[in-house]
Amino acid sequence: MNSLILNTISKTLLPLLVLFSVFVLLRGHYLPGGGFVGGLIAAIAFILHAFANGLNETKKILRIHPGFLIPIGLLIATLSAIAPMIITGEPLMTGLWYEKDIPILGKIGSALFFDAGVYFVVVGICLTIIFTISESV
Amino acid sequence: MEILLAIMTGILYAAGIYLILRRSLVKLILGIVILGNGVNLLIFLMGGLVKGRPPLIPEDASALEGIFADPVPQALILTAIVISFGLQSFAIVLIKRAYKVLKTDDIDTMNKTDDIT
Amino acid sequence: MTWFASLLPISLFIYFSTFAKGVMNGEIFNFFTSWVPSLGINLDFRLDNLALLFTLLITGIGSIVFLYTSQYLKGHPKLMRFYVFLSVFMGAMIGLVTSNNILTLFIFWELTSISSFFLISFNNTEKASRKSAIIALTITGLGGLALLAFGVLAGQMTGTYSISEMLQSPEAFASHEYTGYLLLFLFLATFTKSAQFPFHFWLPGAMKAPTPVSTYLHSATMVKAGIYLLLRFTPHFEANPQYFNIMLIVGGVTMLYAAINTLFKTDLKGILAYSTIGALGIIVFLIGIGTSASITAAIVFIVVHALYKASLFLVTGTIDHQAGTRDITQLAGLRKVLLPLSIAGIIAALSSGGFPPTVGFLGKDLIYEATLHGSISPALLTTLAVITNIFMVFAGLLVGVKPFTGKLPEALGPIKKPHFILWFMPMILAALSLLFGLFPSMVQSLFTNNITPLLTGENSPHLAIWHGFNLILLLSGITLVFGLGLYFLWKPSHQKEDAIAKIEGYAPKAIALQFANLFQKTSYFLTRTFQNGYLRRYVMIILVLLTIVFGIHIFINPRIFLSLTEIKSLNWNEIVVLLMMLISILFTVFTKSRLTAIAGMGVLGYTMCLIFIFYGAPDLAMTQFSIDTLTVILFVLVLYRLPKYLNLSNKTNRIRDAIVATSFGTFLAFTIIEIMNENPVKGVTQYYAENAYTLAKGKNVVNVILVDFRGFDTMIEISVLAIAAIGVFGLLKLYLKKHEK
Repeated sequence: MNSLILNTISKTLLPLLVLFSVFVLLRGHYLPGGGFVGGLIAAIAFILHAFANGLNETKKILRIHPGFLIPIGLLIATLSAIAPMIITGEPLMTGLWYEKDIPILGKIGSALFFDAGVYFVVVGICLTIIFTISESV
Repeated sequence: MEILLAIMTGILYAAGIYLILRRSLVKLILGIVILGNGVNLLIFLMGGLVKGRPPLIPEDASALEGIFADPVPQALILTAIVISFGLQSFAIVLIKRAYKVLKTDDIDTMNKTDDIT
Repeated sequence: MTWFASLLPISLFIYFSTFAKGVMNGEIFNFFTSWVPSLGINLDFRLDNLALLFTLLITGIGSIVFLYTSQYLKGHPKLMRFYVFLSVFMGAMIGLVTSNNILTLFIFWELTSISSFFLISFNNTEKASRKSAIIALTITGLGGLALLAFGVLAGQMTGTYSISEMLQSPEAFASHEYTGYLLLFLFLATFTKSAQFPFHFWLPGAMKAPTPVSTYLHSATMVKAGIYLLLRFTPHFEANPQYFNIMLIVGGVTMLYAAINTLFKTDLKGILAYSTIGALGIIVFLIGIGTSASITAAIVFIVVHALYKASLFLVTGTIDHQAGTRDITQLAGLRKVLLPLSIAGIIAALSSGGFPPTVGFLGKDLIYEATLHGSISPALLTTLAVITNIFMVFAGLLVGVKPFTGKLPEALGPIKKPHFILWFMPMILAALSLLFGLFPSMVQSLFTNNITPLLTGENSPHLAIWHGFNLILLLSGITLVFGLGLYFLWKPSHQKEDAIAKIEGYAPKAIALQFANLFQKTSYFLTRTFQNGYLRRYVMIILVLLTIVFGIHIFINPRIFLSLTEIKSLNWNEIVVLLMMLISILFTVFTKSRLTAIAGMGVLGYTMCLIFIFYGAPDLAMTQFSIDTLTVILFVLVLYRLPKYLNLSNKTNRIRDAIVATSFGTFLAFTIIEIMNENPVKGVTQYYAENAYTLAKGKNVVNVILVDFRGFDTMIEISVLAIAAIGVFGLLKLYLKKHEK
């Protein structure tokens, strides 16, 4: 799509949308949002950029193949799931929480990392699927 | 509204099934998408409809009290929506590949494996 | 080293022999362990005189067969498998005759059928073997089911599954509302197992098994299981005349039918198969006479028959092994090469014919004594018995004498001398036939004492070779003379065999096979109809069935409450959303353009999103919105490359599908409305609502469920998504390299 307006806007939109997706991810525990939605928004941001500027431009920004985000996400989620077993010896997926509130984020705990893992997996699979398909068209 | 949505669920099911019964693979997958929406709506209805009160615990409270939308079907549907995306993308790529190999999207010509090399 | 396996039956034989003294004195040994007491199934074993007789037969003939096999199948690649099946069979058979619980008896009964199946199909590369095995399994398996029915019914009627305890409620077996069914099931079970007319036809087919198997299972032991059961339940049915009359008729028909059939066989094992059926018929017939004398005769005849028939089978096996043929028209003069074997064969043949001084003579004496003193028409019964016995004399001589006499034909070629086991084993059995004949008191003390009280209040007859000149002796003489005459006058030939084969189109076997074919064709037809490989057909069948279920439910139990007030209270935005939804569905379904369909699908997704917003599900709305966008992109990307819509189905099909789809949708809508009138159970919701913050420190309950309460599900879900992505990548990016194609 060679539209000057879309070209320009998408370049500005990409960081904004990614930032928004992280915001949605982080606030998910208290307000509507979370890993799934956040991941999807981030994926849409990259796809929009790819449509406006071409796949190669987006890949340059990403630096790595989006497929690698999937194992990264799975690893984060798994680690946060087994963390209580290692740290405190409690059963799998028991919630661990840092006592003090952290500004902006609120409480930090293993659930947040789990959600982050979901976020990465979702970004990874969406981008892998769409990129693979558009490359092979 | 509940009754109208229940009827709408029936319509979604009917439309989805009708498309699934077609011979074209493309219609089949559209049917699955519509049927998926029907299922989501069905689960949502089964939780009971509550207008404008999401299951969010208020700032000053520690538990949900009073009338609120049921979070359990919502969690189910959220999972279903995301999974169905995985399913649909895989299915549609499968169709694409099948078309490339068999040069047809007619399901009736696909029930023999002899021609595939 | 294969004789090593024979240690098992030999040691069991010795073990059971140790009980002999006690049992002869009237003791009964019990062994009891609870298994499923709540269902009345227990490992309840009981060794009385009848059981001991059978265990000794099973282990004794088993020992001989095991030893014989070690030479007969020497060097066979599957010899060990053969021994395993044979041992399984022996164990099951011992269990069968010692079980005092009708349900465990059933299990052992089935085990014998199954091991018989594997032994018949031992040469499983031959089609005929496999077919015979299937026929045998079908018939005996059918009987097994009948036995289960009998056991359960008898258990329900008497309140116990213990066979000995059932005796305490005699009215169940004599004159109960369901006694007829009891008889039906028992006879179905025993007549199939013991090859009675019209179920006899599996037995000649079972002769496809290696000869040791025919000897052991299909002549000496397994086929006697049915007879064992009939004897076992004789005390139960003592007061029921039908029990005896049916056996009299069936046994009589069987023995005559089988005896006449022996005339037309040319295969040694074929002759033996029919004479075995005849012998089984005689035993059933004898039990059917229902006097103490006849039951004694039956039991003695079981022993007599087991000895001479096993011996004849083993002789046949050795002939087959050495000469390479079992065709009676080709065999003659073998005594020159196989002298010891011919002695065994001739003694067995004499016992089979009932020549003095073999034990066979004793058996025949008892048969005539039983028929002469039978309650119903002694003349008729005796005539039947005499005719049958004439044919049995003929059959015995044909198998045991004919191959050894006359001139050795050139066509047979050089015949090697057999290993000593191959003639010694039949010789042992033949010698026993002679020994028991010379010393009848041994038979009396070993087998018949304490068994005849199966029927109350009568004394068993005294066994002896010489009773003086009487009618029985005359009958025996007549039998022998006519039998010998038949043997010298009638020469079996292939022409006669072919002639009788033409009539066999009406035999029970042909009818059963036709039924089996019909069954196969029907199942093939049903499979093809319901599973024709077209996706639509499967979906259609499932849906039609579900629609019928829904429809019946709503038709029987209409509980639909429609209130119009609700519709009046609709907001304009709700109406708009519903209309949008409806229109987008119609577009998706009926458009001819793919892009329109995708657009319709997208709009449908967004309207869903609106519904989620209205009804308090912002998380869902956000997710639905994003996913819908991605799906539309995905579809547009792919569908561009796919062919245009074609109208593949004709109008009739479309209308039919539309009817199915709409009726299903309608019924589903009704059902949903009905369910919504019920009060939902909210226990789970309540738990999450109360504990989301206190336990998981989150305020968005949906998110808390996803990442904490049901976090493991989410974990699996993202794994599935990862697999889907890998699948997409693999389908599109990974091609076979040229040289791999």
